[in-house]
Amino acid sequence: MTTMGKTPRSRLDPEPVARRDWLGLSSLWAMASALLFGLVGMLKLPKAAVLASPSKGFRVPVPEKLSADEPFIPPGRSVAIFKDGDGVYAISTICTHLGCVVKANPDGFECPCHGSRFAANGEVRKGPAPRPLPWLKVTVNAGVITVDENATVPHGTKVAL
Amino acid sequence: MTPATDKRDALQQFAANLKSAPRRLRETAFRTGPPTTDRTRSLFVFGNVVLHLHSVRTHRWSLRWTTTLGLGIMSVSAFLITLVTGVMLMFYYKPYPDVAYESIKDIHFVVPTGRLIRNLHRWSANIMVVAVIVHMARAFYTAAYRHPREFNWLMGIGLLVVTLGLSFTGYLLPWDQLAYWAITIGANIAQSPREVTDALGVTEYFDPGGLLRLLLLGSDQVGAEALIRFYLLHVMLLPMALAALMAVHFWRIRKDGGLARPAGADEELARERREETFPVFTEAPAKTYHLAAVVRGRTANVGRGPENTVPSMPHLFYAELGVLMFTLLVCLALSLVSDAPLKELANPSVPENPAKAPWYFLGLQELVSFSAFMGGIGIPTIVLLGLGLIPYLDRETEGTGRWFGGPGGWPLARLSIVFGLCAPIVIETIAIRFGWLREWFPDIPQLIVTAVNPATILTTVYALYSLWCIRRHQSVRSGAVALFTCFLCGFVVLTVIGTYFRGPNWVFYWSPADWPRH
Repeated sequence: MTTMGKTPRSRLDPEPVARRDWLGLSSLWAMASALLFGLVGMLKLPKAAVLASPSKGFRVPVPEKLSADEPFIPPGRSVAIFKDGDGVYAISTICTHLGCVVKANPDGFECPCHGSRFAANGEVRKGPAPRPLPWLKVTVNAGVITVDENATVPHGTKVAL
Repeated sequence: MTPATDKRDALQQFAANLKSAPRRLRETAFRTGPPTTDRTRSLFVFGNVVLHLHSVRTHRWSLRWTTTLGLGIMSVSAFLITLVTGVMLMFYYKPYPDVAYESIKDIHFVVPTGRLIRNLHRWSANIMVVAVIVHMARAFYTAAYRHPREFNWLMGIGLLVVTLGLSFTGYLLPWDQLAYWAITIGANIAQSPREVTDALGVTEYFDPGGLLRLLLLGSDQVGAEALIRFYLLHVMLLPMALAALMAVHFWRIRKDGGLARPAGADEELARERREETFPVFTEAPAKTYHLAAVVRGRTANVGRGPENTVPSMPHLFYAELGVLMFTLLVCLALSLVSDAPLKELANPSVPENPAKAPWYFLGLQELVSFSAFMGGIGIPTIVLLGLGLIPYLDRETEGTGRWFGGPGGWPLARLSIVFGLCAPIVIETIAIRFGWLREWFPDIPQLIVTAVNPATILTTVYALYSLWCIRRHQSVRSGAVALFTCFLCGFVVLTVIGTYFRGPNWVFYWSPADWPRH
């Protein structure tokens, strides 16, 4: 619909933006923003809402030999379980540097990938690891140790048997 | 006419048409006929959807083998070999954990010619990485990135990144120990911005590293989700990105006026050999072309005629085919001599020791062994930004198209090679012999280690050296030559250390013979 309300402008005093230009530009921008929002919406797809990974919690019977010197590593898990006078504690054996599995040695842990060394309590001694190995939440109930690999606890948290 | 004769005529016509169908088919497919004259040679190029990425005529300077060493075409050839062999491998490969390993084993040991195809794929991928890097060095040292080719240099950097991405994603697919742990490390490098956000204590609210890793793996560990994502990237997304970038890259070569050549190229060629140059059209052109309006360049070709050019068909195309055959020959020879490795099945609870990435990432692995974030993300980003900025910072004209052109020349490059080799060796020696901050001050904050480590010190030293070169020669190009040479030398030194001198637990050993046995 066209309106003829205003006096027609002269050639020397043109409209700032011609009406057709404005319509064209706005439809272009509408299209561009619609496509952009569509793309942004599509980007949500690759970010998984539910992670396809096995359960992070597990249980093991309290092993016979459990000491502060030599860790018990449950098969297939990246957790070292220790026991000393104060109780049981679990330290993750996933290197805080780049996710390799650290190996226990008499002094603590060593990482095969980039040479990080950790003390027996998980503190970084050497190498590129930015953080100490996390301590994991442990509960002991009727001779069964439950470790939750998702829950970290402050260093030095030990659970009495 | 009677209906009977009509019918006979139509039948005769049909028979004649049928007889001439093959010839007509050929004529309609190849409308220009054989490329025997300059005109049909031109038509041969721009009548073909692939070939018309080339210009119709090629300057003789571009055809000298010292101009390009054929490296760009070698990269493309290696890509084509990976493309064909990759599609062959897809006949049998199954992207699912454990099954993937079995299928690679089948390809290697059971499938007819499977081992050769897999070896070819692996070797051509390696040659592609080498060719792309050396091609970049060629373009840099002949100052071919300068106006009007700045944007094409950026396209080239994009191609380098995609090439490395293709190699990296292909590395996971066999699902063996080598693959599994290389990808674990790679995915955690993607997560390494956490090194900074953790140190600042803001990971809970702002975690780009975690998001990056989640997008890459589709899960919180390397498993089936990660494998299918890497497969998708490797066979679909990255090849498409590569093809798109390649098309732009080649097209821009033509649109930017062909390969860079020195201002005095024509005189030099005339001195070199007295060969007659032919007129473009040996017969009257059927159409006229407004070349001057289309081709960008410093010198307008209007009224000058394309001296010193020869038809691309056959001169350029035969040279390109030669490089393709040479690349194929090298890949084939290497494939027959050396098999692609396949370690034991991936075991998520026991890392390889040492766990090494593919050789071209071992320099980076050496850097991440000081700081995951700086070595894996910070410094590579700085390097890519620096490389991308080169043509916008160096706007000089001296020495374009000449090897080691510009102020300083070869002596500067030579000095930079010495400096670029010595600096990382000295820094590595200190770090290997005396350890680093963490061993001296166990309680030092992580941010300081992230900011001050052998990797960042090496980068700073290189940057200072190149600033000194800019001042000394009063030329940005000199600084660029210094920095680029240092970058290449640093890459070589770190890669050599990572490949040959790092053993179990990433400890320095003079030789693999000294590695502890267990």
